[in-house]
Amino acid sequence: MSSRRSHSRHSNASRITEEEINELVSKLQMMLPDAPIRRNSRVSARKVLQETCSYIRSLHQEVDDLSEKLSELLASTDTDSAEAAILRSLLMQ
Amino acid sequence: MNRKNPLPNSNPNSPNSSMQALHFLQALARIARAAPKPAHSARTRQIRHAAYASMAHSSRSSRRTWSRALLHRLRQWQQQRPGRLLTVRRRVRIVTPITSRPEEPARAETLRQLVPGGRGMEYCNLLEETADYVQCLRAQVQLMQTLLDAFSS
Repeated sequence: MSSRRSHSRHSNASRITEEEINELVSKLQMMLPDAPIRRNSRVSARKVLQETCSYIRSLHQEVDDLSEKLSELLASTDTDSAEAAILRSLLMQ
Repeated sequence: MNRKNPLPNSNPNSPNSSMQALHFLQALARIARAAPKPAHSARTRQIRHAAYASMAHSSRSSRRTWSRALLHRLRQWQQQRPGRLLTVRRRVRIVTPITSRPEEPARAETLRQLVPGGRGMEYCNLLEETADYVQCLRAQVQLMQTLLDAFSS
C-alpha cells in the first residue's frame, strides 16, 4: 500500500490538471463562512487555503467550547431531562 | 428551521449526518447515564472524544483517509492516562511524509497538519479530504449547538 502511494506520485502528478486543482480549490472556497458574499470574485488559491486553515481551527475551537458547555449542562441536569433533550435533538435531525 | 449561523451547503437531512448525529447522541446518552458522575474535565474529554468519533463514523467519511487517521488518533488518546490527552505517541510511519513541493502554495503544509492524515496525502487528495473533513466538522458543530438548544427549551 505504501509503495503504491509513493510510486504513483509521479503518474498522478501528470494526470491531475491545474483545472481540476482549481475546481477543488473553488469548492473549498464555497464552504468558507463568507462564501455567499464572495461567490463571484476570484480568490487566490493561497488565500483560500489560508482561510480554510483558520476556518478549521475555529471549528476545532467550537467543538472544544461546545464540549465544555455540554459537560456543564450534564453536570447540572438530571438524567431524565438530559435524555429527553437528547431525544428531542435526535428528532430534529 | 432558524439557526444562529445558517451554514451554506449543509444538509441536516442527509443520511450521512443522520448517522453522525445518531452516533454522537448515543454516546452522549451513555455519558449522561454514567454513575457515579465523572468529574467535569473527564466528562468534557469524553464528549469531545465522542464528537470526533462520530465524525469519523459517519457513512460518508468512513471511507476517507482523514477518518481512519482520526480514529487511529482517538484510539491512542484512549490508551493514555487522562492527563496526557494532547500528547500523541509517534509511531514509525509506513508512508514517508511528503514535505511541501514547489508547485503548491506554502499554506498546504499548515493544512496538512490540521486535517487528520494530511501529511501523507497527494495535494489533490488533500483538497478533497479537506472539503469532506470541513463538512463533517460543520455538521458536528451544528449538532452540538442543536443539542445545547434542546437542553434549554
